[in-house]
Amino acid sequence: MADNVTVIEPRKGFIPVDLREIWKYRELLYFLAWRDVKVKYKQAVIGIVWAVLQPVLTMVVFSVIFGRFAGMPSEGVPYPVFVYAGLLPWQYFAAVLTQSTSSVVSEKNLITKIYFPRIIMPASSAVSVFLDFFISALVFGAIMVYYGVKPGLGIFLVPILMSFVMMNAVGFGLWFSALNVRYRDIQYAIPFFVQIWMFVTPVIYPAGLLSEKYKMILMLNPMSGVIEAIRAAVLGHVDIPWASLAVSAVCGFAVFVSGVFYFRRVERYFSDVV
Amino acid sequence: MAYGSLRDEIVQTLTAPFKNFGAPKKEEDNIVWALKDVSFNVKEGEVVGIIGRNGAGKSTLLKILSRITEPTSGRITMKGRVASLLEVGTGFHPELTGRENILLNGALLGMTRAEIKSKFDEIVAFSEIEKFLDTPVKRYSSGMYVRLAFAVAAHLEPEILVVDEVLAVGDAGFQKKCLGKMGEVAEGGRTVLFVSHNMSAVASLTTRCIELTKGVVTMSGVTHEVIEHYVKDPSGCGLSAREDGVYDLRLLERPLHKVNPKTAKAVFVKAICSDKIGKARSQYEEEESIHIDIYVEVRQQLDLLEIHFGVLDSMDAKVFAVLSDVMEAVMAPGMYKFGLDISPNYLRPGRYFTWLSMYAPSLQDGIRPALDFAIEPSSKGYSNVNWSYHSLGAVKLPYVWTQPQKVV
Repeated sequence: MADNVTVIEPRKGFIPVDLREIWKYRELLYFLAWRDVKVKYKQAVIGIVWAVLQPVLTMVVFSVIFGRFAGMPSEGVPYPVFVYAGLLPWQYFAAVLTQSTSSVVSEKNLITKIYFPRIIMPASSAVSVFLDFFISALVFGAIMVYYGVKPGLGIFLVPILMSFVMMNAVGFGLWFSALNVRYRDIQYAIPFFVQIWMFVTPVIYPAGLLSEKYKMILMLNPMSGVIEAIRAAVLGHVDIPWASLAVSAVCGFAVFVSGVFYFRRVERYFSDVV
Repeated sequence: MAYGSLRDEIVQTLTAPFKNFGAPKKEEDNIVWALKDVSFNVKEGEVVGIIGRNGAGKSTLLKILSRITEPTSGRITMKGRVASLLEVGTGFHPELTGRENILLNGALLGMTRAEIKSKFDEIVAFSEIEKFLDTPVKRYSSGMYVRLAFAVAAHLEPEILVVDEVLAVGDAGFQKKCLGKMGEVAEGGRTVLFVSHNMSAVASLTTRCIELTKGVVTMSGVTHEVIEHYVKDPSGCGLSAREDGVYDLRLLERPLHKVNPKTAKAVFVKAICSDKIGKARSQYEEEESIHIDIYVEVRQQLDLLEIHFGVLDSMDAKVFAVLSDVMEAVMAPGMYKFGLDISPNYLRPGRYFTWLSMYAPSLQDGIRPALDFAIEPSSKGYSNVNWSYHSLGAVKLPYVWTQPQKVV
């Protein structure tokens, strides 16, 4: 009977996440993610094929411009394979970040009419974008076969490494989605922000390209280490950069935890302000 | 609260760091309490109505009960599975099919997947949209959309149900069906909190009622007593202090958002109820005729004007309405008087309210409630049987009883 009693009263200070409640609402998280997936490619003639085309076309463009024209070094692997290995986690990160940032504001009608743990909204983005990531990863497999690149043993580390990406994405997503409720400036800034962020992350170039001084600065970017590490793990062409990976992990954890607390703290005024 | 631009906030944060971290600003001196010292108990299985004028705090109360807004102080304890229905079809996605939306909406309202699955066929049957189950709801007519939305909501089975005025949707037939379903819910021993402007719905569904006025509970008790209090209360109605039978219409509440008396081409100014010798008063006997003069200020030259005059009983149900003859002559700005005679012997004893609206040809003004008047039982008396006048209905049509005859 105890779990059937609802007490409503003002909350003060830092509010921890109610994991039991989120577990109770897990089906809703699933349904929201399922909806996003269903709706995404509706009324598009080639539908889900876009999930394949988007990363492939990006890879082709980057390969031509940076690999061919600019002669970007790629640590001894074919440049298309090199850039795709970076784009794969990056695009997941960027999509989750963008989608979760707008998640709370775009679900305005839900927030003002129905109660559910608000944290489900940014969190469901991490789930729904996963399908695109999965398809994109299958395509990567095909590309590696085409170029005759053998995967490294580190490939088994990828799930753990991806969890760092996810933590960073959802962590920043929590901060931005909550801020976006009050300051719509965020949603206009995000596309630029994500684009610039990609260029200061070793996605289309190896970190080794930079001098030691700049490399240090680059390492402070929480996405640098994990992107390099995923590439190294999958292709096995260089060692995993443990130091910068640690930066990613620690930063991701910090952003995630602080994001959860900030979100919980401000969610009470969402329905009044959104 | 208003939300400032990021720049303002940065400046503010720099000058007073951490002062406003996260929480919205509070202006202590200027607080308007949407609800203040509201306290009530609802027992298991009770069906309680919450009534009040616009701005009385009903919606705020609902939002707090449904956990959409957090209270600034106070405490609410609810025992049982709670579901709230502030709107039907929340979360419906236009691109998804009817089938998909049933699943999504059900999950949003708190049903488990197993529950939705087991009730799926019932929901579809209730909504009467079997044929279009796999069509995206963006291609639905608004009626179909509402039916589907309500069908999902109607199959919720919480122990406590909090409902807003969601019944004011759909066509009359479907509304009836919904009311019936609501009645079933109420009889099923479930606890229901029902907020509505529709007094007949409140009267037929609830046993107890709470009246809110400007954020405070002004009355709580047996439904029909509270409704009576609510419709009579002149302060709540916005009926201004006046000479008996003379109504100043300028200051009354205009409940329709489309009406703005400041910019309207014509507005209602005054109304007078008088008897056949021209004396203004608000109480009449059943056998008296009532003359009503309505004064209208025309502010711009008009070439068409129509007035609607309607009568409501004390339960807020429409008794009848009449339209004025359309004036299709050029009307220069100025004050105009419209006269209306209500014949004797049609209205039963009771208290009546009126609404007024005016078209030129778009809606210019609308007041509800506008005038109020009472019909007293004829001094000749009725019968020796003890009954309430209201049980006879609101109107009496002309009729003739034939002389009783012994037939066998």
